[in-house]
Amino acid sequence: MYTEKVMDHFTNPRNVGELKDASGIGEVGNAKCGDIMRIYLKVDDNDVITDVKFKTFGCGAAIATSSMVTEMVKGKKLAEALEISNQAVAEALGGLPPAKMHCSNLAADALHHAIKDYIDKKGK
Amino acid sequence: MKRIYFDHSATTPVDKEVAAAALEYMTEKFGNASSIHGFGREARKAVDEAREKVAALIGATANEIFFTSGGTEGDNLAIKGVAFANRKKGNHIITSAIEHHAVLHTCEYLEKHGFTVTYLPVDEYGMVRIEDVKNAITDKTILITIMMANNEVGTIQPVKEIGRLAREKGIYFHTDAVQAVGNYPIDVQEMNIDLLAMSGHKFHAPKGIGALYIRRGVRVEALQHGGGHERNLRAGTENVPGIVGLGKAAEIAKQEMAKKVTYLGKLRDRIISEVMAKIPHVKLNGHPVERLPGNANFSFLFIEGESLLLNLDLKGIAASSGSACTSGSLDPSHVLLAMGLTHEVAHGSLRITLGRGNTAEEVDYFLEVLPEIIDRLRAMSPLFGESANTVVNNPCSECHMH
Repeated sequence: MYTEKVMDHFTNPRNVGELKDASGIGEVGNAKCGDIMRIYLKVDDNDVITDVKFKTFGCGAAIATSSMVTEMVKGKKLAEALEISNQAVAEALGGLPPAKMHCSNLAADALHHAIKDYIDKKGK
Repeated sequence: MKRIYFDHSATTPVDKEVAAAALEYMTEKFGNASSIHGFGREARKAVDEAREKVAALIGATANEIFFTSGGTEGDNLAIKGVAFANRKKGNHIITSAIEHHAVLHTCEYLEKHGFTVTYLPVDEYGMVRIEDVKNAITDKTILITIMMANNEVGTIQPVKEIGRLAREKGIYFHTDAVQAVGNYPIDVQEMNIDLLAMSGHKFHAPKGIGALYIRRGVRVEALQHGGGHERNLRAGTENVPGIVGLGKAAEIAKQEMAKKVTYLGKLRDRIISEVMAKIPHVKLNGHPVERLPGNANFSFLFIEGESLLLNLDLKGIAASSGSACTSGSLDPSHVLLAMGLTHEVAHGSLRITLGRGNTAEEVDYFLEVLPEIIDRLRAMSPLFGESANTVVNNPCSECHMH
């Protein structure tokens, strides 16, 4: 039911972990639904994402989309990162089963929350 | 890579002897059991013999066995059939919150047709309390339907006591015994059972065949009309190969019962004790003692069931889970929730169901790979260990499907 790409990211997820001195942290989902995704960003003075890590509780799709979004966003400017949608993450994985498109495809939302967290912190 | 099948509550491999018996009635002895000629008579004879064997497995007599397409049909025929045939006596049905959907959705259907249904709660082990059954009975109660053994957590219900209570009150008692038949000794007389549904593919017969036991004298209305098959209760040309297969599987199950119960029970106990000892933050779901010999069900905290199943599958092990992702809905298993588990804990459930083909080596291999998988998923989980306190933004507060 999952594409090879999904299984690759599920089996060998990229950028798993936490960033102790993260510039921004974003989290979406809840344990009741069976999905929580948390993204940690490190952003430099030029608004470039220099490092990113994730931690996810959830199904195969939740883990694969989290892994994929970290790969897509590393080295990108914040403005570019904000353009990445959940749909784009799913497409980069070669698609997700229809039932997973909305319940487990929230990694870009987590990313956007992390960026917002960074901007909010910077503004203070 | 070796493949290990630990999902026998989903389905079982057809026994080779069973398959051979069924095949003969497709290619050689293909007659219609209703035909007068020799072809028909040999098919009829085989159907009659199979009926005897199925009856013998549960302590019934042959004329109390009605062949169906499987467990779901048996439950439908028992519940709707009793309800429609006895509605002048009353319109109240008692069941439990942990029944299979074949029972629950049938009861919900009847609620739309003038019946009232009481869904009894269960205790933390997934067991119905006799007191609750007693208290739910009214002068309108016509049927009590409680499963013999739960398909997810394996808890064996106090069927005999419920049956006695029903008998005393003149209420019919049906039990969905799909998981129990062939895996657990059953005697419908001793257990005070009026109706019992079974499914062939849960005990090494093919899919698409099952039977309903109806004690002599119980009034049931037919749901499917046509020819006079199954004594006017279930119209449709007999599935002779399936019936022959079911008979053979019942015969084998009866012969092997004691050995199988002991063998599976030993493997299961080893899995339960090792998993509980080796892995932290784990909960055994279901009753510690009163459970199906081949069933072990755990919740591993901080991880989600589908990713656990995928990891096991990558190691060649087939199991199942009550997580939402695997239940085909957005909620985790209704059984685990009825037992008082939170959604989070229910999402992390793993069901192992053993069969007679499983070996001690397979259990060893499972016990070897499981801890690594759990560790890996927990290392990835934001719920496990120290974690930053961030505001949770939840775009799907109700977990609804878009």
